[in-house]
Amino acid sequence: MVDTKTKTLGEILRHSGVSRRGFLKFCTATASMMALPPGMVPAIAAALDKARRPSVIWLSFQECTGCTESLTRSHSPSLENLIFDHISLDYHHTLQVASGDAAEAAREEAMHANAGSYLVVVDGSIPLGNPGYSTTAGFSNLQILEETAAGAAAVIAVGTCAAFGGLPKADPNPTGAVSVRDIVTDKPVINVSGCPPIPVVITGVLAHYLTFGTLPELDQYGRPKAFYGTSIHDRCYRRPFYDKGLFASTFDDEGARSGWCLYKLGCKGPMTYNACATAKWNEGTSWPVESGHGCLGCSQPDFWDAGGFYNALSIPVGELSRTVSYATAAGLGLGAVAAGINHRSKVEANRRHGEVTVDDLEKTS
Amino acid sequence: MNALNTTPVPIEKFTAVEHRFGNTLPLLHEISHALHRLQVEGTVTTLDLNAVPFGPGDERQLVDFLGRGEVSAKLEAMGDSHIRESRYSGVWIVEHWNTSGERVAFQIEITKLPALLEAQQEDIAESLLMLQAALENARNGASV
Repeated sequence: MVDTKTKTLGEILRHSGVSRRGFLKFCTATASMMALPPGMVPAIAAALDKARRPSVIWLSFQECTGCTESLTRSHSPSLENLIFDHISLDYHHTLQVASGDAAEAAREEAMHANAGSYLVVVDGSIPLGNPGYSTTAGFSNLQILEETAAGAAAVIAVGTCAAFGGLPKADPNPTGAVSVRDIVTDKPVINVSGCPPIPVVITGVLAHYLTFGTLPELDQYGRPKAFYGTSIHDRCYRRPFYDKGLFASTFDDEGARSGWCLYKLGCKGPMTYNACATAKWNEGTSWPVESGHGCLGCSQPDFWDAGGFYNALSIPVGELSRTVSYATAAGLGLGAVAAGINHRSKVEANRRHGEVTVDDLEKTS
Repeated sequence: MNALNTTPVPIEKFTAVEHRFGNTLPLLHEISHALHRLQVEGTVTTLDLNAVPFGPGDERQLVDFLGRGEVSAKLEAMGDSHIRESRYSGVWIVEHWNTSGERVAFQIEITKLPALLEAQQEDIAESLLMLQAALENARNGASV
C-alpha cells in the first residue's frame, strides 16, 4: 500500500491505476473549480503531480455547523478525494472520530509535526465578551485560536461568522463577537465568506494551496478574487431585465412569473460579491435568484444589519432611518425628536441585551 | 456523501421558468470568433461554461443550437466523459463526470481534436513496458 503521507499526489494516483488521461481530466475539473482559465490545466497538472498532502486543523467556534454541512456537500472533485487523498484533516470536531483528550492530542500532534506549514480553517466568530460563551475542552475560543494559529502557515476563515463576525455580531452583539482577522494579525488570513459559503469555493481555496503552495489573490475584504471578484448583479442571468427596466414588484406578479429582475423585491445582488450566479448550489442545480428570491447579501460584512431583506437597495436602511428621513422632510425640529428616539432605542436595546455572565448561565441551566 | 438523487427526501421536479434570457447569443459569437482563429492561426480555445451565468433554458438552447456532428466519444477515466463534435466542425462539447455521476466540468473546445482523445505520452510508455513484459512471458511459455 502506498504511503500517502510521503508520496506526491502524482505518485499516489499512478499507484492507484489512474491513467494520464484521467489525471488530466481531474486537473480540468480542478481548474474549473478554482475558477482558473482552462489554459492553466498544464500548469496545474505539473504542480499537482508534485503536490504533497498539507495538514489541516479545523476549529469551530460560535457557528451553526452550516459551513461544515456546506463543505460535505461539495462535489467537484469529490470531497472524499479532497480530504482523504489530498489534504490531511487532522482535527475537526464534527467529522473526527476521536473525542476528549484524544481529540486535543491529535490537534497538538499535528501542530508539532507540521509546525510552520499546516493550515488552520476556522468557522464561527470568537466571543470576547465572556470566555464562557463558547469553549472547547475547557479552553476559550480565543485561547485555542491564538495557540493554534501561532504555528500555522495561513488561516482560512470559512463563513461570514469567521470572516466578519456574522450573525453572532449582529446588533447589539451580545457576546462581543469578532472575526478571525480581528485576532490573527501576523499571518495571512483568507476570508471565504457566505452564510454558508459555496462549497466549491471552500474546496477551491484548499485546492489552490495544495496546487501552488501559495494563497490566491485577495480583494479588499481578504476574499479570493477568483470567486469574489465580480458582483452577483454583474453575473446574474436576469441582468438583461434590469438593464431594460423590467422588474418583478411582487413575488407572484407577471414580472416574477416571467423571470424579471428582483431588485425591487430587495435583491442585494448589486452590492454583493460572490460566485453563486455561476457556481450555483446543490450540485449546480440552482441558486436563490434562479429560485425566484433575491440575494440576501450574506457574503458581505454586517449583512444582517443592512436593512430589511425585502427592501430595495434604494430604500434607506432600517425603520429608524426611515423615521429620520421623514423627520428631515418635516424640519430640523422633528429631526431632533428622531435623534431622541434613536438614543432611547439604543439604551433599550442595551438594557434588553445586558452582559451575560457565567453565573447567569448557571442560574438558567 | 449522498448525491441529490439518492437522498430519501422527495425532490420536486425542476420548475424554474425557461425563458430566453439572452445569455446564449454572446457565447455563440465568442465561439464564432474562436473558430475563425482556429481556421486562420490554428489557435485552440477552451471555454469553461461553469463560469458563464446561465439561466434556466440557456444551456439547453446553446446545446440545441450546436447540435450533433459526425464524431462522438466516451472516455472512462475517474468517471465518464462525453466528448462530441457539434454540427459545426471544430466545435466540440465536452462534459466530465466524476465517479459519483456528478458533472464536474462542462466545456466547449474549439480545436481540430480534443487533446484528451489523444494517447498520452506517459500512458504510451507504460503500455510499451506492459506489452514487452507480456511478450517476454510468451517467450517463456506463457499463453498469449
